[in-house]
Amino acid sequence: MQQAENIIPQNDVSLQQIEEQLAALKTRIDVLDKKATDPKVSMIVFSGDLDKVLASFVIATGSVAMGMEAVMFFTFWGTPVLRDKKKSVGGKDTMSKMFGTMLPKGTSEVKLSKMNMGGMGTAMMKSLMKKKNVASLEQMLEMAEELGVKIYVCEMSMDLMGFKREEMIDYDGLTFCGVAKFLEEAGNSRIQLFI
Amino acid sequence: MSDEIKVDKVMDLKGLPCPMPVVKVSKGIKEVEIGQVIEAHSTDPGSLTDFPAWARTSGNEILKTEQDDKVIKFFIKRQA
Repeated sequence: MQQAENIIPQNDVSLQQIEEQLAALKTRIDVLDKKATDPKVSMIVFSGDLDKVLASFVIATGSVAMGMEAVMFFTFWGTPVLRDKKKSVGGKDTMSKMFGTMLPKGTSEVKLSKMNMGGMGTAMMKSLMKKKNVASLEQMLEMAEELGVKIYVCEMSMDLMGFKREEMIDYDGLTFCGVAKFLEEAGNSRIQLFI
Repeated sequence: MSDEIKVDKVMDLKGLPCPMPVVKVSKGIKEVEIGQVIEAHSTDPGSLTDFPAWARTSGNEILKTEQDDKVIKFFIKRQA
């Protein structure tokens, strides 16, 4: 009690000054709070190549292991990687059908960015991965879902390539979005990557 | 040497390459209480740098690292 009396100033003016300083500090903290980032990794998966998508999933699952949140945004060539091979939808126009046939349908059809050699290189890499116990893209996707990695799919790419929501994989936490969602997530992430 | 640390859980991560050792150990550590110790066995040479990095980031403590032949043994105390 004795101490408290010493700390609290006796006249009104200084009390008011303290209140003002406190208010200014609060405002400052609010500003800093908004600037602070979350322990989060935001990734744009632009590539649809086996090697690059695999690297993306290694980073995403690793991030969760490190106690961070991981958010992946699939756009452009990355989009067809998330198609479900078992699903097929009708009612597409010629262009959409063409894109649908030419682009990989899901993780199993994704190819290496280098040394594909008409599919031979990719097949060799896959068998090598199996031999060396490196997780396949399918296993990585499963692991990512289990770990709670969030996946966003670019709506514009979907529309451009004529993909429908119904033909995408069943993944807990898969959401369709636009650039604003990525920017919001990236804005408060500590790490941002474009792959 | 290792019997001076009381181990509560042993994890066999042998043969697993990156990122699996770290992914599995981060899940495994949540299955023990804070203060308890996990003994993790890895054959991934990258683990030597990855495990300390993971421990620093996740706030856990590596009490000891042992390496015999190809197997690296980490004694990790759950702190967070």
